Amino acid sequence: MTNNGSTQDKSDSNPQVGSWTVKSGLAQMLKGGVIMDVVTAEQAIVAQEAGAVAVMALERVPSDIRRDGGVARMSHVTLIQEIQSSVSIPVMAKARIGHFVEAQILEALGVDYIDESEVLTVADEQNHIDKTNFSVPFVCGARNLGEALRRISEGAAMIRTKGEAGTGDIVEAVRHLRTIDGQIRKLTSMRNDELYTEARDLQVPIELLRGAAETGSLPVVNFSAGGVASPADAALMMQLGAEGVFVGSGIFKSAADIDDDNKRLAQQKAMATAIVKAVTYFDDPKILAEVSAEVPQTAMRGLSVAQLLPDELMAGRGS
Amino acid sequence: MSLKIGILALQGDVAEHAEILTILDAQITNVRRESDLTDIDGLIIPGGESTAIARLLIAYKLIDPIREKIIAGLPVWGTCAGAILLAKEVTNLDRPSLQLMDIRVTRNAFGSQIYSFEKQLHVEGINGDPLNAIFIRAPIIEDVGQDTQVLARLEQGPIVAAKQENMLATSFHPELGKDVRMHQLFLDMCVQSASSGDKYVSIER
Repeated sequence: MTNNGSTQDKSDSNPQVGSWTVKSGLAQMLKGGVIMDVVTAEQAIVAQEAGAVAVMALERVPSDIRRDGGVARMSHVTLIQEIQSSVSIPVMAKARIGHFVEAQILEALGVDYIDESEVLTVADEQNHIDKTNFSVPFVCGARNLGEALRRISEGAAMIRTKGEAGTGDIVEAVRHLRTIDGQIRKLTSMRNDELYTEARDLQVPIELLRGAAETGSLPVVNFSAGGVASPADAALMMQLGAEGVFVGSGIFKSAADIDDDNKRLAQQKAMATAIVKAVTYFDDPKILAEVSAEVPQTAMRGLSVAQLLPDELMAGRGS
Repeated sequence: MSLKIGILALQGDVAEHAEILTILDAQITNVRRESDLTDIDGLIIPGGESTAIARLLIAYKLIDPIREKIIAGLPVWGTCAGAILLAKEVTNLDRPSLQLMDIRVTRNAFGSQIYSFEKQLHVEGINGDPLNAIFIRAPIIEDVGQDTQVLARLEQGPIVAAKQENMLATSFHPELGKDVRMHQLFLDMCVQSASSGDKYVSIER
């Protein structure tokens, strides 16, 4: 190309990595897509084959974390590396809330996104990770507008409503998305003097709150998570305004009644594919009916959130 | 005349393209079905995950109808994933997609997300200040065919924007900034195409 000397100088400005635009930009590229929890390289390949936009590399899916109890930490580094080398789509991994060293390790591994997640055991009950210190972007969970804007003020470049992970019960995901949506709609009709009071009540920076009031939306992409277990669940969250979905136990805990490993994995792939299609065609009931016919007979068994004890709930961790 | 631009809306940053096109007074159609292609003056294939979009294109039988339109002259612009889907040759995409543009593309050429970057970039055909080009897990164009024009390179190295007749490809995301000039360049291609007799004309309706 024929660049002359004078334009060359400007053109050779140093590339800027880890900027806000670049961090929130990857979340924008994931929109309209499905991010799937995987615990093996084999599952990661199935997820990519089904059309996932990213995988979340985990040692245990949330429903198993629930069952096993104990302390849930960042996944083993070797497992994350195996999954990274097995797929070409982005790989995300979870760090404990407040555990900035787990986050440093994940960044050093070159994961594409870190989920500072309530699904793992909390490492710091007072503070979240200062996410502005990192080049790698973070996604964080939120149950309401206050949590969402606090996480964004700490540097989160993407939000996911928390739902209640590992239950297969969509009720909390619906509650959290409707809560945030309702709170933002209320903001858009507030007078300027009322916004200061709202910022105080929600314990968030006024600038972020004012931005949400002006645009009628969060300043970053918002996905739904925690309870999606069928194509209909995924489409429900999209119709309620989610920009994409995380599916945890809903895929690789489906078809649990099938003993043969290969047959079970094939059925789980059918579930994954159907959820991907349901997120793209979320407002087309005819296609939703078609894809719902393709899923395994047995969805994940699930737990009703209403029957869980207060200390069994994950969503309350890290507010 | 207001142009009607289709945006392939299977997955990705569809709304960002729509926002800029609206500033430029274009009408928008989200393309998710063959019937959405009927009376558009141009098509944008947005950023997103190329593997995911490729699978949905196949599952909903959109490859052939889109190919036919573009071969007939419909202007098309692929950003990032869109450029990958347009390329005749892609290293490490596991299945063929539209395969129309004479470019050889490598996916995710810079590495994982921590190597994503933004950078001032001169693009052939864009006058004035350089564009602030945003590269997110971006592909590069390794090589172009004889009839394909190189529009931009990174430091005289990798090709990051190219044009071949009615097809435009960029490795970066002009839709993520506030700068409308790259979209204007594409709309100019659409105007030219819509007004020239031997090219694609939207008369199906």
